[in-house]
Amino acid sequence: MTSANSSADRLPRLLALVPYLLARPGIPIEEAAADFAVTPRQLRRDLELLWMCGLPGYGPGDLIDLSFESDTVTVTFDAGMSRPLRLTAAEATALLVALRALAETPGVVDTAAVRRAVAKIEAAVGQARPAGVAVGLAMREAPETARVRDAVADGVLRGRALRLRYYTPSRDEITDRVVDPMRMLLVEGRSYLEAWCRLADGVRLFRLDRIDAVDVLDEAASPPPHAEPTDTSEGLFRPDPSQRTAVLVLEPDARWVAEYYPVEGLVELPDGRARVLMRYADPAWMVRLLLNLGGEAHVEQPAELVSEVARQAAAALRRADHLPAT
Amino acid sequence: MAIARAERLVNLVLCLLSTRQYLTAERIRSIVPGYSDAVTDEAFFRMFERDKTELRDLGVPLEIGRNMGVEGPDGYRIARRDYELGDIDLEPDEAAAVALAARLWDSPQLTGAAHGALIKLRAAGVDVDQDVHVAVEPKVRTSEPAFPPLLAAVQEGRVVEFDYRRPVPVEVRRRTVEPWGVVAWRGRWYLVGHDRDRRAPRCFRLSRIVGEVAALGKPGAVERPESVDLLSFVARSQPATQDVPTARLWVAKGRAQGVRRRARHVGEREFDGEVGDLLEIDLRFPDSAAGWIAGFGADVVVLEPELLAKTVREKLLGALRGAGVRA
Repeated sequence: MTSANSSADRLPRLLALVPYLLARPGIPIEEAAADFAVTPRQLRRDLELLWMCGLPGYGPGDLIDLSFESDTVTVTFDAGMSRPLRLTAAEATALLVALRALAETPGVVDTAAVRRAVAKIEAAVGQARPAGVAVGLAMREAPETARVRDAVADGVLRGRALRLRYYTPSRDEITDRVVDPMRMLLVEGRSYLEAWCRLADGVRLFRLDRIDAVDVLDEAASPPPHAEPTDTSEGLFRPDPSQRTAVLVLEPDARWVAEYYPVEGLVELPDGRARVLMRYADPAWMVRLLLNLGGEAHVEQPAELVSEVARQAAAALRRADHLPAT
Repeated sequence: MAIARAERLVNLVLCLLSTRQYLTAERIRSIVPGYSDAVTDEAFFRMFERDKTELRDLGVPLEIGRNMGVEGPDGYRIARRDYELGDIDLEPDEAAAVALAARLWDSPQLTGAAHGALIKLRAAGVDVDQDVHVAVEPKVRTSEPAFPPLLAAVQEGRVVEFDYRRPVPVEVRRRTVEPWGVVAWRGRWYLVGHDRDRRAPRCFRLSRIVGEVAALGKPGAVERPESVDLLSFVARSQPATQDVPTARLWVAKGRAQGVRRRARHVGEREFDGEVGDLLEIDLRFPDSAAGWIAGFGADVVVLEPELLAKTVREKLLGALRGAGVRA
């Protein structure tokens, strides 16, 4: 919050503060600060500044007046600033596009409430023209995933532990485990359950389409207090320096790898190719990925990965050649 | 310095809101505290220009005009009806939806804007509780480098130009597009607009844009057709899902769990001297099936259809080449 004091950040807050306080006489300063995402100290500075502002004349009866009582504040004269400024086009877009996306996605919130909110905000904002941004949150998913979703959502909302049968692609392994659900996430078209995994003793994201069976248990969900939700802003996968590193050259068609997995040091090459450093924990998984990419990725390093890919590809080809001719 | 500026700007807004008359710059200079700091005319006008720009950037509707029957330079005022957010009253379930919507973005461009919107709604007396508990928390990221310039171009109505990569056959070509909107669909971002080279509406995947996006010409030059529904345009442009083909596979005993969990067991068979299971699987995503199966190496062999077996073979040959082996 280094920029809380710069005028570009501060002016919108100053203009919103008086009407905000007007609607909430006697609000604790701490609560107001939290709503504006600033420290109580910063909010007090803002109030001190507003106290110096007012109408031409700038005498005692012209200035914004605030009364403080213990740690609360009340506006006693608003100098004509009783309503907030209209939403800018960018603000209206950010909010309305998100709301419309929610309205089109069943199972997240009550879509009827979302539609009512959209109508009210549109009316208040007076923005007739729809924004040039649209978001569809729906994803392509198998029918069995929809059933998994219902059971998982039930566990999350009722705060019940879940028993999962889960497929871990990195080890090509199916395991049963009990988890304490925290929330469900819908990121880049895929659904995840975020939960405390008692097997792994940590917070894990479980992709719903990899859950093969789920039971909602009678036991209450109890993630430990130190279970922190995943910060999704930098993507779901974090580079982990303790992991191995592969050097790959991605053909244009394999560029999605650089978007989906944590890669570093991307270097653009001619014809839309790119060289990247990619972290991986499990060599078997990395070999599967490279076989999957089928030549759309050239693996340069490490040498043992190069030879393992070559060995497995050759073995698979040899075996496929045993097919009786049809 | 910054503090004095914020104070001056708040006073300027209050002053212009409270007047019905247009106030000239000179008049504002003599009334609003802070402008007297400017000793020269030039310093004052520089200061005043900067302040006007900042207010406009915030969306403050500055009106310019001249009072009836008065000669001289134009003046300024703020019409209250254009400045103030209209009445809004949200029920608790509606406010919960708004709180969730504001949390949707993981985006430098949109997170801040959504937060700004929330602040104004709260200032309008709406109680938007941040601690909404929902089963699913949707998140939308805008990490594509092309997103910020395209969003800006869409909002300004400017034509854009960029290099676009087509996968089959691989070619990179310069495209000139009148952008109508940016659309997130099934976890990917697309640009929808009128392709000037093809003279038709087209949809472009942002991840296939190579290098910089250049905005050309004047703002307001692009007119989005009223009738276009961005989301369904992108949805229609996607290949339709056809009938789901079925494949028969041989899978080595106890191997390839990722395949087994999706397949039906139909028998056992020894193959290449190894015991294994015969499985049937519905190829729901046929375009990615070959790569997925190739990933399991010698543990999975495609028995039919032949086309799939051939594509898997090509993938494996490709992987050999990718590992530097001349096949």
